[in-house]
Amino acid sequence: MTTLPTIRHHLNDALLMGYAAGHLSEAFGLVVATHVTMCDDCRARLESFEALGGAVIEAEDETAVSTDALARMMARLEVPVVSAPPKASRKTSLPSPVAAYVGGDLDAVKWRALGGGVRQAILPTGPKATVRLLHIPAGQAVPDHGHRGMELTLVLRGAFRDATDRFGPGDLEIAGEDLAHKPVAEAGEDCICLAATDAPLRFAGLMPRLLQPLFRI
Amino acid sequence: MFGKGNQRVALDETDWLGLMLAVRDGRDRAAFAALFRHFAPRLKSYLMKSGASAPKAEDCVQDVMATVWDKAAQFDPERAAVSTWVYTIARNRMIDMLRRERRPEPEAMPWDEDSEPDQADVYAAAEDSRLLSAALADLPEKQRSLIQRAFYGDLSHSEIALETGLPLGTIKSRIRLALDRLRAKMTES
Repeated sequence: MTTLPTIRHHLNDALLMGYAAGHLSEAFGLVVATHVTMCDDCRARLESFEALGGAVIEAEDETAVSTDALARMMARLEVPVVSAPPKASRKTSLPSPVAAYVGGDLDAVKWRALGGGVRQAILPTGPKATVRLLHIPAGQAVPDHGHRGMELTLVLRGAFRDATDRFGPGDLEIAGEDLAHKPVAEAGEDCICLAATDAPLRFAGLMPRLLQPLFRI
Repeated sequence: MFGKGNQRVALDETDWLGLMLAVRDGRDRAAFAALFRHFAPRLKSYLMKSGASAPKAEDCVQDVMATVWDKAAQFDPERAAVSTWVYTIARNRMIDMLRRERRPEPEAMPWDEDSEPDQADVYAAAEDSRLLSAALADLPEKQRSLIQRAFYGDLSHSEIALETGLPLGTIKSRIRLALDRLRAKMTES
């Protein structure tokens, strides 16, 4: 995956710190890992937060390990490790963290219609937050919605606009409770996004709200 | 001095970088034991504060240090200090052990194993990490404790505030330059 120099909307410090500390939900972790795959600047920021983790370890009090811990450790080194050969990284059009959840490339995504030509595929993760792929046809809008929690939307291809700005490939929109928005895919190319929420979305119209339990939005 | 040959250099028991390179390049058991004596009790504290029981933390320390030995070839001193590298291994093991979820990871950036690392870059990385440790130690207790609690998972997302004045910007810039060089090399070949 080559990174994109044109990314304008990045991860914030709290998300990078949460990922570096290992305490993000799996769904949010997938969005962070995918943005970092596309963005060297955020990769460098993430690694600087991991350096802070190293400093925290260095500053840690010492809790005595059992008296035979070192002996057990040294004995374990005698056992040869059979390590799996490194997986050849196949070229996929999806960034590799997403491809790992899809189990293949874009053609392996199991889309479900969401109305208005918009399609989604929920990726299997732990229960604390949900992450999905969204396919928005060029020129189409995702139904108007607000959030109870936080929503992360990462553009994988194409672009969308909402009241706040334009979001192109690699751009990440971080939406809190205050933002009710209606993303519209730009004309010309379908937009594919990776979107994670830690609480159900709130749709403005009645119909989408009725459909909500069915679609797990 | 950091060549891949097996030349023995007298071990400095507090030179973590020298010890780690001796493990990586010379499979040096004495160097590994010195790293274990330093990191194991600290990792045990970190793991227990992150929610592991004492026996679980003890097992986890063994797994983490075994990974340090087994994956030593992946240690890249231009990109990360020894403490940083050990930390990421411990964090990953902790997630696998406590959460039983998949752990999404960015696509790995291959590093240039064939060319000699630039000495200046290696020293700069180690020096940056030393300065960061010193800056963390100099923080007022309350601020330092907030950072530590963020790493133990004791803070909610909105509580994570990072106006700390820690020199993370210099570390970021150095890593960014290293990534740019790597990208340039990858497109050349």
